[in-house]
Parts: sequence; C-alpha cells; structure tokens
Amino acid sequence: MRTFLGKAAALSGVFAVGPAFAQDEGYERDPAAGWDHLWHEIIVDITVIGVIFSLAAIYMVWKYRAKNENEVGKGPKLTPAAALAWALIPASIFMADDFFLSAKGWTLWNDYRRIPDEAKEIRVTAYQWYWEFDYGDEIVSEELVVPKGQPIVLRMTSEDVLHSLYIPEFRVKEDVMPGRVTYVWFNPKETGEYVHTCTEYCGTAHAEMYTTVRVLEQDEYDEWFNQIKEEANANSLPNNTQS
Amino acid sequence: MSMQTFKEWFFTTDHKRIGIMYLIGSMTAFVVAGMMALLIRLEQSQLGPTITDNPNEYNQWLYFHGAAMVLAFLIPGLTGFFANYFLPLMIGAQDVAFPRINAFSIWLFYGAIILALLSFVIPDPPDIMWTGYPPYSITTMGNTAYYVFTLHLLGFSSVLGAVNFLVTVIYMRAPGIGWNQLNIFTWTTVAAFVLQLVFIPVLASAVTMLLFDKYLGTNFFNPEAGGDVLLYQNLFWFYSHPAVYVIFLPAVGILFEIFTTMCKNRVFNYKACVYGGVWGIVGISGFVWVHHLYVSGMPDWLRIGQMVTTLLISVPVGLMVMSMWGTLYKAAITFNTGMLYAISCLFLVLSGGLTGIPLALTAITVHLSETSFVHAHFHFIMAMFSAFAMFGGIYYWFPKMFGRYADGKWATTGFILNIVGVHVTFIPLFIIGAQGMPRRYWDYQMFPQFEPYHQVATLGAFMVAAGMSVTILNWIVCAFKGKVAPENPWKSCSLEWTHAPNCPQAGNFPNPPTVTADWSPYGYADREANLKATTDPGFPGAAKPAE
Repeated sequence: MRTFLGKAAALSGVFAVGPAFAQDEGYERDPAAGWDHLWHEIIVDITVIGVIFSLAAIYMVWKYRAKNENEVGKGPKLTPAAALAWALIPASIFMADDFFLSAKGWTLWNDYRRIPDEAKEIRVTAYQWYWEFDYGDEIVSEELVVPKGQPIVLRMTSEDVLHSLYIPEFRVKEDVMPGRVTYVWFNPKETGEYVHTCTEYCGTAHAEMYTTVRVLEQDEYDEWFNQIKEEANANSLPNNTQS
Repeated sequence: MSMQTFKEWFFTTDHKRIGIMYLIGSMTAFVVAGMMALLIRLEQSQLGPTITDNPNEYNQWLYFHGAAMVLAFLIPGLTGFFANYFLPLMIGAQDVAFPRINAFSIWLFYGAIILALLSFVIPDPPDIMWTGYPPYSITTMGNTAYYVFTLHLLGFSSVLGAVNFLVTVIYMRAPGIGWNQLNIFTWTTVAAFVLQLVFIPVLASAVTMLLFDKYLGTNFFNPEAGGDVLLYQNLFWFYSHPAVYVIFLPAVGILFEIFTTMCKNRVFNYKACVYGGVWGIVGISGFVWVHHLYVSGMPDWLRIGQMVTTLLISVPVGLMVMSMWGTLYKAAITFNTGMLYAISCLFLVLSGGLTGIPLALTAITVHLSETSFVHAHFHFIMAMFSAFAMFGGIYYWFPKMFGRYADGKWATTGFILNIVGVHVTFIPLFIIGAQGMPRRYWDYQMFPQFEPYHQVATLGAFMVAAGMSVTILNWIVCAFKGKVAPENPWKSCSLEWTHAPNCPQAGNFPNPPTVTADWSPYGYADREANLKATTDPGFPGAAKPAE
C-alpha cells in the first residue's frame, strides 16, 4: 500500500512539472506566434501525461497477469483517510495544471481580442459562397490584399447564413453571421500568398468558398490599391449614366 | 420467424428482449451510418470529384453519418441496450418499474429509425449536419422537418427511458443493496439518465423552434425580425455537450464491469470514482457548452469563464481514470475479447481525452476549431473509446445473453483490424487538422498537400469496415452456433452472473436475491463470504471458481 502511494506520488509529481519543460519566451503582441508557442507547450504537457499513464497501464497489465485460475486480486481496501487523500491529491494536481493552462490561455486570448490602435480596418461580408472585402471609399475586392507589417482588423458580417473566416497561416478564425458584427485581427509579417477559407458549414459550395490572402510590400500594395480604385471608378461611371 | 415469435417480440415488456431489440436497432443505425463514413472517406481520398460530383450528396452523407451515429447508435446502444438488459439484473430486480412504458420507448425508437432511413428515399433529404444550425437549416431546400421529427421521437423515447430507469434504481433494488453497493455501471447509467432528463427538453425546444421558423414563419432565429442566430447554438450545445457524457459515462461503467471481473479486483477508491468522478461530471456538464462556440461570436468573458470550467472536466475524469488504473493494481488479470477491447480503451481515453485539453483553451481553438483535429478528437472519444467499450461489453456479456461464447479467432481478428484501422484513419486527420484542414469539406483544392494523408485515412476506414464486418458476423453466428458457455464463465461476483442464469427468462431470478451490508458486486477478495452475504447461494459453480 505504502509503496503504491509512494510510486504514484512520485509519478504525479513528474507530470505536474511537465509543463515547465517548455520555457517562457516573450513575444510581441502577435497572436500567431503566441499560438505556436502555447501549442508546443500543451503538446509537451499532454504527451508527458499520456506517456506516464500509458506506461503505467502497460506495466500493470503485464505485471499483474493471473498466475493461476483461482488467483484473486489483492487491490488495497483504502481507509477513509487514504481514500480522501487519493481523491484530493490527484484532483489538486489536475486542478493545478488546469489553472496553469487557463492563465496561459487567458493571456493569449487577450492578445487575440485587443486590437492594436494602429490597425487598419477592412470590412468583410460573406455570401453563399464568396467573400467581399470592403476597404472603404467603395473599394471592394473578392480577395484580401494587405500591406506587410500593418496590423489588420477585419469587421465581419454575413448576408445569408453562418460562415467562418479562417486564415490558417495567421491562426485566426471567427464565425460570421447575419445580424451581428464579429472581428479578428492579425499582423501579416511576411509577404506571400496564404489560404483563406470558410469553416462554418454553409451549404453546397462550402468547400469552394476560399480565396487568397495576398500580403504585399507597402509600395506594391499602394500600386494595387490605386489600380483597383481606378477600376472601381471606371466601372461606376457607365453604370451611373445608364441608370 | 413465425407470426407467434414476431408477436412475442413486438409486444414484449421484458426488459431483456427490449434490450436485444435496442441492440439490433442501434447496430442497424451503426452499419448504415458506417457505410456513409466509407462514402465520405472515398470522396476525400482524391482531390476533385471522386465518387460524386454533387456536394449536396456528400453533405447528406455527413448529415446521416453524424446524426445516426450519435443519436441512433451510441445513445440508444449505451442507454437503451446495456441499461435495459443488464441494469435490472445487476440490482437484482425482476424487471423495470414500468415495463409497458419501456415497450413504448422501443416503439418510439424504431419509429425514429424508420423515419431516419426513409430520408434516403425522399426527394430532398436533410443536409444540415447533425447540429442543424440556422439560418442554413431554415433556408435550405433540404427537409429539416425529418431531422426535427426524428429528434422528437428519440427524445421522447429517451425521456421515458430515463424516468423508468431512475425509478427502477431507486425503488427496485434487491432488498439490502445500499447505494455504495451498486455496480459502477449502475451509477454511470443513473447519471446518464439524469442528464437526459434534465437536458433533452432543451434540445427538443430548440429543434421545435427551428421547425416553426422554417415552416410556420416564426422568427426565433431571424435577426431581421429581432431573432438571434446564436440562440440556437446555445440551446443545441446546452443539451449536446451533456449528451457526450450520456455516451461517455455508461461506456466507463461497462469498462469497470469488465476490468473488475477480469482483474478479480475491487474498484480502487469506489467513492471517489462515484461521488467525485461520475457525479462531478454531472455537476459540471451544464457549464461547459460554450467550448463548442469558442469562435461563434460569443461574448469574450464567457469564452474565458467556460475555458476554465472546461479544463476542470479533467478533475472528475481524472478521478475515474485513477480508479480505473488503480483497479489494475495488484490484480489477477485474465484475458478475453471483452478485456482486449477494455484494455484498448485505456489508451483511447488518453489520446481522446488529452487532445481535448488544447481544444479547451479558447485561444488555441481559434486555430483548431472546425478542423479535422476536432473531428479526430471526438472520434477518439465517441467513435473509438465509447464504441469499443460497447463492443467489449457485448463480448463480455455475450454468454449471459445467448448462453454461448463469442470469443475466438474471428473475434480477435476483428479486434485487431478495428484497433489498427481506427488509428490509421484518425492519426493523419490529427496531423492535417493541426495544419488547418477544415471539416465537412467535399473537396480541398486549397490544400492539395493533404491528399496523401486523406488517402491513408481512407485506407484505415476500410480496415475498420473489414474489422466490423468480421465482428458483427461473428456475433450473429455465435449467437446461434457459438460454443456453449457455462454459468458465470468469467467468475464474476456481480448479481447478473451469480444469481441469474444465462439467457434469463422473464422474472430474471429463480430465487430473487437479498443481500446484507457485507455483500459487494466486487467482493473478489473473499468470494465465499461474499456469496454467503446473499440469501440464495447462487449457482453451483458461482460459489467458488471451478475446480
């Protein structure tokens, strides 16, 4: 009995310390980097717990095979005090890990929700089954184009059913729904083309409701923006005269 | 089957026959929904159209697979079949408290199964996933009413079952059985039925509102007329998260029955397992539903509060895990096919439960939600842990039900194909899910790099299909032609083995048992004293292990 308690206490000690394997590193208010950091920490945490319990299970299933047909188990009959200890001590260890992760998760969550003052706002409207990005001044595009190094906040709503804006590379996702405006923000650090897709089931073409996010250097972005502005003006004139 | 036999089964009020009918009904749902899973995997095995070029068809498979597996296989299998057949036997009762209501429950269940299967032949089958989120479920051409009415029937059936079994456990325990002498399976089933009773009305009202919005022009979920689309998601998950425990808890209970018998051991820290674990889960289950809505646009503070409550689920689950591992300590383990499934569940609960921890963190779920990481996580808990516990339970109680063994080389072959197959299917989905592969996609043109992973997953799905075919055929053959089993072949101490014969007749016990305070369903340490603590000595051969 006592050795069992001792062994188990030693084991539970190990996995309480598990999370500490991953070290704290500061990150500038960048939820994507924060996500990767916390993700690795949790993977270590759950792997440590999983390996300890798996090894314990394998060991016991092997060690306690019945030697003969009539053998019975000799599992301990706990005294009330031992029973209480065997409930409270593991519960405290689990809770310690829970609160540790909660604190980490809450910190990162605050980064996700606190929009930087300098963020540029783009309005997003989702339709079955395409996206519309509104840069203001009636400049609208069907793909998202942003300048590098500029925090972007997307204010999103839907014209029909639920959708969800997901840019895996930036680790952001939030549902888009009719009648409410939701937001995500991200900081595009590298130029390039990234996938942006819908992750809330929205019917037939749900899987085809994807576009590209293009992150451009500031001057390229300005060039793109002027071009699309000219196109918008050119398109709007004949329409006006017709009507 | 003669007309006489048909009538005997159709109009039966015997809890064991009703149990067997639940088993047949839920396994039917499992087979059909499993075929849908194969179609889904085939479609995903290649970029572009594979077996259908119509995404709507794919969406209908997804709908049927999800709705049928959860609502018509897992819940009725665990609370319908296992509770019906074994719970009255375990508590020494001759039947349930309200046998006719029990018969009515199974009729409602079969009504729901027939309605669900009819959805294959109507022109516009439901295509709204098992969640049925508005506004899509209201604006779609698909027949949302089928979904709603199927849920109504299943809900009525479950609520009637819940009342029935709670009354049975409270009033019909054999004289002398105190609360701390109940089998863990009895406790977990009681807890599951408490959850059903409390939470089903919420789901029923949510889907009824959906029906009114779509067909009668009300505006509960229509923001243009003052409604709110998030309301439905809150109501749906307020039931459907506890529904996970309606599945998880009885599965854990089955495992405890298998482990204690095959380990010939008492439950380690019984009271912590029951009052901390089982009831801890019941207590916390109504406060965590927002973790299904982490990216749905809920208030920020609520997403934090329920992150903490969600992580705290690890405490009651942890207590049950400690008891389960503790039951192996200093055990005298013997093996059968049921035990193989039970041992595999030790690892499935770890991989399924621990991958829930990143998903409990709001900020981490921002990236993972609605990806195949989530999909793999809940398949590990529901499709693998819970279903494997069920399959283990079927093998373990097979001699009780049919008087024959189902163990043997076919059973082992099925087990190996199943356990390897599920891992080959779902490990690739964990990997690509963490890299952003979304769920519920007919195609994935934006992620061509994931194609090989999908192919491995499809291969795994077909291994499971082979494994389950062997398993189910083996059950059917062994039910009629298997090797005849003696009374109490696993030498259990539980009443259903020691005091009821194999294939019990109506009334269950030749001599209804009475027990003293010293009796325990897990009294292996001194088996003879334990049997003397009952008024009836039980079966010859039950008193002590066969010489």
